[in-house]
Amino acid sequence: MAFEKLRSNERAQVVLGLMTGIVFGFLLQKGRVTEYGVILGQLLLTDFTVVKVMLTAVLVGMIGVYAMKSAGLARLHCRMGSVGATVIGGFIFGAGFAVLGYCPGTAAGAVGSGALDALVGMIGMVAGAGIFARLYPRLDRSLLKRGTFPAETVPELIRLPPGIVVVAVAILILVVFALLAALGF
Amino acid sequence: MIEWFTMASWSPYLVGAGIGVLIWTTFLLSDRPLGCSTAYAKTAGMVESAVSRGNAEKMPYYRQFRPAMDWQWMLIIGVVIGAFLSATLSGTFTVLAVPPLFAEAFGTGWAFRFAVALLGGILLGLGARWAGGCTSGHGISGTLQLSLASWVAAACFFAGGILVAGLIYGFQFI
Repeated sequence: MAFEKLRSNERAQVVLGLMTGIVFGFLLQKGRVTEYGVILGQLLLTDFTVVKVMLTAVLVGMIGVYAMKSAGLARLHCRMGSVGATVIGGFIFGAGFAVLGYCPGTAAGAVGSGALDALVGMIGMVAGAGIFARLYPRLDRSLLKRGTFPAETVPELIRLPPGIVVVAVAILILVVFALLAALGF
Repeated sequence: MIEWFTMASWSPYLVGAGIGVLIWTTFLLSDRPLGCSTAYAKTAGMVESAVSRGNAEKMPYYRQFRPAMDWQWMLIIGVVIGAFLSATLSGTFTVLAVPPLFAEAFGTGWAFRFAVALLGGILLGLGARWAGGCTSGHGISGTLQLSLASWVAAACFFAGGILVAGLIYGFQFI
C-alpha cells in the first residue's frame, strides 16, 4: 500500500496523532458536546446535539471508509465482542457517562474549554483504566469471554453484502434526522 | 472565513461531517480508527510503572496497550489544545468548577462536584476498557465500520446513561 511507509513511521504518527487530536478537539468544542449541560441534555432526551454529531460522523465516515476499503486504501479494524465484555462494560460506561457528564474524548475537550470538573474526571478515568488492567487477567479467564457474539460485523450477522448494509444504515440515519426535525429537536 | 473560527458554535451536522472526514484521514494515514479511551489505559500504565517500578511491563494488559506517548496518547493532548483554540477564538473559554445544570440541582460547592466527577471518571475508565472502547472508538469509529460489538456497546452506553441520568435528574421525557 502507498501509505505503508507513513503508517509505520512512528515519529510521523506521533505528530499525526497530535494533529488529529487538535482538529477533533476543535470540532467537539464547536459542536458544544464538551459542555456538561449538552451531554446530560442528551441523556435526559431534551437535547439531541450528541446524537446529531455522532450519527452524521457515522454517516460520512462509513461511506468514506467503505469506499477506501473497496479501493484497497483502508482496512477495517473490527473486533469480536461478547455479552460479558461489551454489554457489561457498556452499562458501566453508560453509568459513568451520566455521573461525570463527559466521555473520554469530550472530557479532554471540556478541560481545554476551562472545565475543572472534567480534569478531575480525567484523573478518575486513568484510575478506572488502571483498576481494569489489574482485574484483566482474572476477568479475561472468565467474564469477558461469556456469550461471545456470533459475528464480528453486522453484514456477517445478517448475511448481506456490506454495500447493501452501508446503504441501509445511511437511509436509517437520514430517517432518524427527519424524525428529530419532525419532533422539533 | 475568520468569522467561522470565532463563532461560538457550529451546526452539529457540520461538526459530525467534519469528524467523519477526520476519520477518513486516520484510516488512510494511520491505519487506525479514532478512539480516545486507550490513552487513559496507557497513562494508567505509566502511573503503574512509576509507582510499582517495572510492574506494568509484566502485566498482560499493558503488553496489549503499551504505556507510551504514541499516536493514541498524543491524540488526547491534541483534543485539549484544539478545544482550547476553539474556545479562545470564540471568547467562550471560562474556568468553571461546577457546571450550571449541576449547580442548580446540587448547589455550587466544588468539593461535591469533584467527588461525583471522580466517581464518574472511574466508572468511565473501567467501563471503556471493559467494553473495549468509548463514545468515539465504539460509538463513532466502530459503528461506522459496522462492527457488531460497537453497535451493541453504543446501545449500552446510551441505555445505561439514560437510566442513570434519569435517576439523578428525574426522567424528564415521561
